[in-house]
Amino acid sequence: MTNEQQPKKEPSDVNPSAADSTTPELLQLTAAPHLRQTESVSHIMLWVVMALLPSLAAGVIFFGLRALLLTAVSVAAAVVTEWAVVKFLKRSVTIGDLSAVVTGLLVAFNVPSTVPWWMVAIGSSFAIGVAKMTFGGLGANFINPALAGRAFLMAAYPSAMTRFGPTAFGSLSGIDGMSSATPLAQFKAAMADGSFQALDFQDALSDLFIGNVGGCIGETSALALLIGGVVLLYKRIIPLRIPLVYIGTVFLLSWIFNGTDAHLTTSAIIIPFYQILAGGLFLGAIFMATDMVTSPITPAGRIVFAAGCGALTFIIRKFGGYPEGVSYSILIMNLFVPLIERSTRPKMYGKVKRRD
Amino acid sequence: MISQEIKRGIIDENPILVLALGLCPSLAVSTSVQNGFGMGMAATFVLTCSNVIISLLRKVIPEKVRIPCFIVIIATFVTIVQLVLKAYFPALDKQLGIFVPLIVVNCVILGRAEAYASKNNVFRSLVDGLVMGLGFTIALCILSVIREVLGSNKLLGFKFSPRFQPMTVFILAPGGFFTIAFVMGMVRHLGNRKKGV
Repeated sequence: MTNEQQPKKEPSDVNPSAADSTTPELLQLTAAPHLRQTESVSHIMLWVVMALLPSLAAGVIFFGLRALLLTAVSVAAAVVTEWAVVKFLKRSVTIGDLSAVVTGLLVAFNVPSTVPWWMVAIGSSFAIGVAKMTFGGLGANFINPALAGRAFLMAAYPSAMTRFGPTAFGSLSGIDGMSSATPLAQFKAAMADGSFQALDFQDALSDLFIGNVGGCIGETSALALLIGGVVLLYKRIIPLRIPLVYIGTVFLLSWIFNGTDAHLTTSAIIIPFYQILAGGLFLGAIFMATDMVTSPITPAGRIVFAAGCGALTFIIRKFGGYPEGVSYSILIMNLFVPLIERSTRPKMYGKVKRRD
Repeated sequence: MISQEIKRGIIDENPILVLALGLCPSLAVSTSVQNGFGMGMAATFVLTCSNVIISLLRKVIPEKVRIPCFIVIIATFVTIVQLVLKAYFPALDKQLGIFVPLIVVNCVILGRAEAYASKNNVFRSLVDGLVMGLGFTIALCILSVIREVLGSNKLLGFKFSPRFQPMTVFILAPGGFFTIAFVMGMVRHLGNRKKGV
């Protein structure tokens, strides 16, 4: 998919031995990719940036101009870090492929709008400098850089990373307190002390879908993220399998293990919807689990990967100390990608098992 | 010869940054400069003394049981260090905790005993112990300066900068790995650049 535009090669350039004068013309072969595409890395990254813009707009609407400022700082820090690293290592400058811009955007989307600007700059620099460039740059990083940046910030500044500001409009449906804690933290607290009321959470669903809740800059608005996801799906930049299976797994698991005995009551139906709309699941499933570099390329592998992400997210949310587990579950599954790919390699066409 | 040896211990064959020996205690104690320096000194003492004794006994120790013999000699000096620390530097002893007795199995010390002291004469082994200990101490100091400043905003126990917010992760294990990896990478990079690779 990421074949860069190549000049059309004459058959003889590609395989000099086949162009031997004694070889019949029909048997002269070219090297494998015959399809020419205009797609390039920067082209794809530009589309990802565009797909992220609705979420940025939602973030600015709900969290104010500060969200825009943080995003700008994050992007600038990512690009400057990449430039500095390639200059230091005397490699060719790669910031033109826009992948650093995408990483910068995603790091900013993964922090609350209340963090100081230098904190998000540190996160972006870590994402690019440590998680991406030290392993060889774009295409060689084994974990998603933006999530690594978030994980680093979570470990470095845990208190600042979990303090969420109020949204600009308060709550549309009249529930107070939606603005300070994240929906998932509230859900966990309500489940823990037994004050869970299905109706309260049912009312919150519309706010969750629009994004009028506390949380990180880019994660709250499921609507905006879905718009971006549709764009990327239409452009065939992300595979449908990963977000679908990921979100589906979380939905299914939180429906089956919803903490009540029934599965068809109102609250039993609301819980899974609440679980998929709250937190960073849509952001993670659409934009980060689908990262071309760190997700499997085999069709079956993608399903295994996404289901693993979903199961881990559910486990961390339900049993873990953190209310949210999307970032860690994607990072953990990133580590399994080589293993998943090796075990889901498609069968070669026409190959049969050898009979001994 | 001496300056050559010092360069070998600190740069060319630095125990932590080039040979990658003794990483476990390095990770654990390099959270503050005091700990790092104390650990470095303790290890240098053990390394030098055990190198000398092992070198003296190298013709006597049978080949097949050499490792237990080395360990016994090293453990003797570690016990001395431990008792001295307990008597004169109780605070440091408390900070270093289990990692003082664990000097017995520090790879740097056993590695030098096996690779150097058991094959070279007493004087050379003494010098080797000193320069290797120096390299170990310097590497620990570099790591612990970085980790203490970034992780707790302090240097030698004093506040470093009033405006900087420390990153907790640097005094935890992951920060230790990041720091070691980066200092190691930087040393190799500079070494390669010098060699013109």
